[in-house]
Amino acid sequence: MSKVKTGLGRRSFIKSVSVAGGGLVIGFNWMACKGPAEEGSKEMAMQMPDEWFELNGYLKIGDNGIVTIYSPNPEIGQNVKTSMPMIVAEELDVDWDNVVVEQAPLNTEVFTRQLAGGSQSIRQGWESLRTAGATARQMLLTAAAKELDVPVAELSVENGIIKHSGSDKTISYGEIAKAAVDVEVPEEVELKNNDSFKIIGTSRKNVDAKKIVTGKPLYGLDTYKDGMLIAMVMQPPAFGMEFKTMDAEKAKEMPGIKDIFTIDTYPEDMEKEWSDVGAFSKLVVIVGESTWQVMQARKEVKVEWDLNPELTKEVEILEKSAGMKDAAGLENTDTHYSLMAEIGSKKAEIVRKDGDPEKAFKNASRVIERSYTCPFLAHNCMEPMNFFADVSGDKAVLIGPIQTPEYAEISVNKRLGLDLENIDVQMTRMGGGFGRRLYGHFLVEAAVISEKMGAPIKLVYSREDDMTNGVYRPAYHVTYRAALDGNNKLTGFHVNAGGIPESPLFANRFPAGAIDNYLAESWTVNSNISVGAFRAPRSNFIAGAEQSFLDELAEEMGKDPIEFRLEMLKRAETEPVGEDNDYDAARYAGVLKLARDKSGWSNGNSGLSRGVSAYYCHNSYVAQILDLSVVDNKPLIDKVTCAVDCGIVVNPDAAQNMVEGGTIDGIGHALYSEMTFKDGAPQQSNYDKYRLIRHKEAPKTIDVHFVDNGIDPTGLGEPPFPPVMGALANALYKATGKRFYNQPFISEMQVELKT
Amino acid sequence: MAEFNITINGKKQTLDVDPSTPLLWVLRDHLNLVGTKYGCGIAQCGACTVHFNGSAVRSCQLPISSAADNEITTIEGLSENGDHPVQQAWLEHDVPQCGYCQAGQIMSASALLKSNPSPSDAEIENAMNGNICRCGTYTRIKAAIKTASDSQIA
Repeated sequence: MSKVKTGLGRRSFIKSVSVAGGGLVIGFNWMACKGPAEEGSKEMAMQMPDEWFELNGYLKIGDNGIVTIYSPNPEIGQNVKTSMPMIVAEELDVDWDNVVVEQAPLNTEVFTRQLAGGSQSIRQGWESLRTAGATARQMLLTAAAKELDVPVAELSVENGIIKHSGSDKTISYGEIAKAAVDVEVPEEVELKNNDSFKIIGTSRKNVDAKKIVTGKPLYGLDTYKDGMLIAMVMQPPAFGMEFKTMDAEKAKEMPGIKDIFTIDTYPEDMEKEWSDVGAFSKLVVIVGESTWQVMQARKEVKVEWDLNPELTKEVEILEKSAGMKDAAGLENTDTHYSLMAEIGSKKAEIVRKDGDPEKAFKNASRVIERSYTCPFLAHNCMEPMNFFADVSGDKAVLIGPIQTPEYAEISVNKRLGLDLENIDVQMTRMGGGFGRRLYGHFLVEAAVISEKMGAPIKLVYSREDDMTNGVYRPAYHVTYRAALDGNNKLTGFHVNAGGIPESPLFANRFPAGAIDNYLAESWTVNSNISVGAFRAPRSNFIAGAEQSFLDELAEEMGKDPIEFRLEMLKRAETEPVGEDNDYDAARYAGVLKLARDKSGWSNGNSGLSRGVSAYYCHNSYVAQILDLSVVDNKPLIDKVTCAVDCGIVVNPDAAQNMVEGGTIDGIGHALYSEMTFKDGAPQQSNYDKYRLIRHKEAPKTIDVHFVDNGIDPTGLGEPPFPPVMGALANALYKATGKRFYNQPFISEMQVELKT
Repeated sequence: MAEFNITINGKKQTLDVDPSTPLLWVLRDHLNLVGTKYGCGIAQCGACTVHFNGSAVRSCQLPISSAADNEITTIEGLSENGDHPVQQAWLEHDVPQCGYCQAGQIMSASALLKSNPSPSDAEIENAMNGNICRCGTYTRIKAAIKTASDSQIA
């Protein structure tokens, strides 16, 4: 056991006793579904207690022993709404079947980091979640000791029942909860040893699964309130343009239409939060009674758009505007690629240098150089951006999908001048996040529209609005060079990476640390296309590129690709180069070996077209081995073997689901997806042109293995996504004899393989 | 505006809406049946799938004028207690991640199994190819459909 300071602050433990009407069925115990469904047997109705006792901000206990645990963080499909309460329940020592989970309110006094991003919910919540459970447990035990008149040390708990070791005395959490409210919050509590976990490490069903499969309202878009109007926006058709004038007279007369006007979401004098990323501030707004009526009226609004006046001075050179100091004009994908190739071939900012790379390359017998690219991507959450807002007087209620509720609240505070305590941001389950909903401009837009209308409104983006609204994954370019001496030994390594408008370089990640002479350079090209974090930012390109290059390098050196990586990792482990290597070489090698063993890898001579890849990001290690065949120029993925080291796995089956999904997502985006631009306008606006991976294209089998090492948990939402792109490229090479350097690979395949 | 009679989940209803209104928005905006999801509006993602006289259709492309006087089943009406074999299989395999597309996936899968109780892998892939899952739960969806197909045979 380890002792930790509870340190959550007195305010987080404000005790309150709330009374609720008794005897009502409040839900069904879906969490008890462990196996195949049997008629009715698993659906035990829970009774609402007569009274709830809140022991801290994370939980309350009913007088009948039912426990409500609040899940602090936004749920975007990463399943924290199940796994975070599991961690609280573990230390509380309750029967998971008696737990009800609720989404916590936004409360920065009780919870830290109520944010879905960076795969950090479990890692950063690990201790506070455990402490919350352990603290409540300790308070219940203290109250029980007093009630039973025995020493606390003689008490133990199992499934919410406190037992006295010296007698047959027992008392339940439900019975003692009321007294526990008055117990002093302990300054220090003991946490369990890993080997006594009963809930952590066991598979528990998604707490919302039953609602999902029966179509219950869960998502922001499912919000309907009395008197609520529907609002949609019109945005410029291209990046670099802005609103000029409109004629909405005809549209205003259409059935159900309440008003049509423009808003300025982010006035120039507004102090913005980092999350206030939005490509277009000035929008046309159509408000009406129903979604379809608003959609119809929108077609009749005649809007004139103009070049953004700040950009007009660049009009003559629009084609070459990207890459200028102040991004301007209407950009084109062709120009993007030619600029990246041009700038990527030059010297750039040196981010890391070990040894003497210039000398290594000068003296090299052979230099291998390869360049890789990827396009912009739209996040494409299946639930388009939307938000409900009811701004009335000095209060605002905002309900919907947001990964950054805390920052969104501040944005509304700054935009509308309402007090923070009068702004109520309520988190709904999200139909996908992937980073897109870190940027809450749509929430601010909804608040501004509601204030203007003096009515509750729900802002709805159409798929086209959503896909063409920006905040994309940037376009990237990287060139790798390797120096080999006369003995075919790797003597120098050079990575030169950049992108529009940010660089994907991680200078201190593998293979940095494994090579004596190493050089990492970075550059950027400006753009007026807005970008943001997209599942595993930067890693989502550089992992695949790097792992493709290492594959090619291994082949040039006549080495097995796994053995080659393991040799380098051994060097990084035993005799690391440099000080700042940000990965653990032994854990890195561990997942490679696990994947190798589980996949039956045999020096690449198995007759299968298989590729390997391994990567470290978000504090976790993932190796993937992908087997495929190519039929009629189309890749068919037979199997992906995944080895993952994310420390302790809280909810194994759900974690496996996350790895399967990340793997499919990675294959899909590397093979099929891209966002292109012509004169600043996105060229794909819906799924008829923007390709996402579909059922037929998914791997037949995904085999997932976790490293069991008892280390505190690290990220899982993002790490399985980047590396599989490299495994895919390497397997495609085995199947076709051609290397694929430019994503999406399907475009290159269709050209390459026809010849 | 015009008046339409429509049977949804066995219940007859009369509505007064614009004849061009897609069934999707009638369900969501007018009937408080929000389980049917909006994803693309052009029949490319399958999130809005419902049963039209027993067949899977995209409700975003079905104007109320064409839907009237026909039997419509939505995810809310697939089973009385959420215990349709496909729903049970979805729970058993703990399929959803974000969950947004799953009602549409379930409606496509249940229509498939109704017409073909024991589909092959290829038949499952063909029937489900119009339903996008952005989270990538495809392998679990397929496994759940197989489980449901077994349970229907048994």
